[in-house]
Amino acid sequence: MSELIEFTAAEAAARVRARDIDAGELFEAYRERAAGDELNAFTWVAPESPTVTADGPLGGVPFAAKDLFCTEGIPSQAGSRILEGYRPPYTATVVRKLSDAGAPLLGKTNQDEFAMGSSTENSGFGPALNPWDRARVPGGSSGGSAAAVAAGLAPWAIGTDTGGSIRQPAALCGIVGMKPTYGACSRYGMIAFASSLDQAGPLTRDVTDAALLLSKMVGRDVLDSTSLEFPGEIALPRADDLKGIRLGVPEELTGAEGGVEPGVRKSFEQTLALAEQLGAKVEPCRLPHAPHALSAYYLIAPAEASANLARFDGVRYGLRVGGEAGLTEMYNRTRAQGFGAEVKRRIMLGTYALSSGYYDAYYGTAQKVRTKISDDFRAAFERFDFVVTPTSPWVAFELGAKTDDPLAMYLNDFCTVPMPLAGIPAISIPSGLSDGLPVGFQLAGPAFSEQRLLEAAFALEQSIGFDGSPARG
Amino acid sequence: MLDRDQVLHVARLARLELTDPEVERMASELSHVLDHIEKIRELDLTGVAPTAHVVDAAGPLRADEPVECLDRDAVLAAAPAPVDGGFGVPSPGQAPA
Repeated sequence: MSELIEFTAAEAAARVRARDIDAGELFEAYRERAAGDELNAFTWVAPESPTVTADGPLGGVPFAAKDLFCTEGIPSQAGSRILEGYRPPYTATVVRKLSDAGAPLLGKTNQDEFAMGSSTENSGFGPALNPWDRARVPGGSSGGSAAAVAAGLAPWAIGTDTGGSIRQPAALCGIVGMKPTYGACSRYGMIAFASSLDQAGPLTRDVTDAALLLSKMVGRDVLDSTSLEFPGEIALPRADDLKGIRLGVPEELTGAEGGVEPGVRKSFEQTLALAEQLGAKVEPCRLPHAPHALSAYYLIAPAEASANLARFDGVRYGLRVGGEAGLTEMYNRTRAQGFGAEVKRRIMLGTYALSSGYYDAYYGTAQKVRTKISDDFRAAFERFDFVVTPTSPWVAFELGAKTDDPLAMYLNDFCTVPMPLAGIPAISIPSGLSDGLPVGFQLAGPAFSEQRLLEAAFALEQSIGFDGSPARG
Repeated sequence: MLDRDQVLHVARLARLELTDPEVERMASELSHVLDHIEKIRELDLTGVAPTAHVVDAAGPLRADEPVECLDRDAVLAAAPAPVDGGFGVPSPGQAPA
């Protein structure tokens, strides 16, 4: 294995800038690894090394992007057969911003179709595998990005999180994943799932890398009217303790109700003990409506998806089936053949929740629950700096273990859906192993508390000392 | 509990052709998921305002400056059936009712 692979992205960027290592060689080392991908983590890998400039703030360190980020002239299929071979005529803002900051695109990564899933098994291009155990899922929907970073096939990657799709795969693959505040990153060029929830964020080997990558992703973009000016610059974290930090532990998301496995629970409690040793004050807190977040999410996200996915109709891009049979038939058949089972399920659920006679009872109720969830967090943050939970109730599960029961699969998101409903940021860091598989620890803070979250996560990370090297083989 | 007719009605709204086995499976899976979701209807939400979006900013306007738009040929290159510089579609009149 090339020793270049052992540097974190931030270390590699510093060495490239100091001319200790060559940016072109770094790209080629990763390109070779990505091209030899045995995890089905990539859906496209750069065919050759581009001319890399070493001078940008990201030091020429290449990144991988989830398939749903549009990249001009490069396949962007959102994990769906309905977009097979689609090469967009434009590039997503966050991808362009990273390129402008000196990070070339290494490849596109596998994902659950249209980001709907928690295992990457819903990809139209086959499941991605977990580098800790290839019989297990990497989580999802940004499973390809998580597997690629964990296995050292990419220095760092970007994904999107709608109900946990960055944090949960990061947890299951033993890496860091951050969902920023809603509006922090432009959604322009992200193939939409649920527009009021979708947010781009980094998947990285450590917290420092997450801070560096995120620092170049955020900012208001005229092409996304929901994007916001990020207050201040994101700096590399330096905190070495948690003195004065108050951590709230919501019983609703950490107890038996969420089905948290004993091994995950143990790692979570060990991390809380470490946090106390670092000076944090750890106390129970209440998020009374959090257990209802999953229900609200599985109405709101499918409702928005059913509208967003109406655009896949065989007219402007992608698959067309039955063009000879008339317009409506063409719509019906194109969508029947192009969409996978989970996407169809969510379109049906969302269409039903928005249909006449059911709108108020389902979608309307879910929107009110969403308000209560935001209120719960607001109240919690009056007493606490952060709310902490396990990221996923369980470690990586075996391929196929949950595919026959949609509801069981949805429970993956139990601890991660409340935050996007409230639009607040959250980060998952590896807290240890349970039966040889990584466990994630999640910290969530108020809107635009990214810097403080990164500092706290960094202090914990130094103290935990997680070793991700086994996944890099 | 969703029945077969409801599934077919929703599928028609969603422009999704379902096979018979898909209709059966959809009825049972969606009913199972909705049974779980139903619990939120037990909450007392009187007087609670709905949240459609967490960002309050109401459609901030950009400066009205002309910018290049996408090249027509580049856009049509991705279309399955471009016709005369536009997106080709079957005639709606062709469709059986």
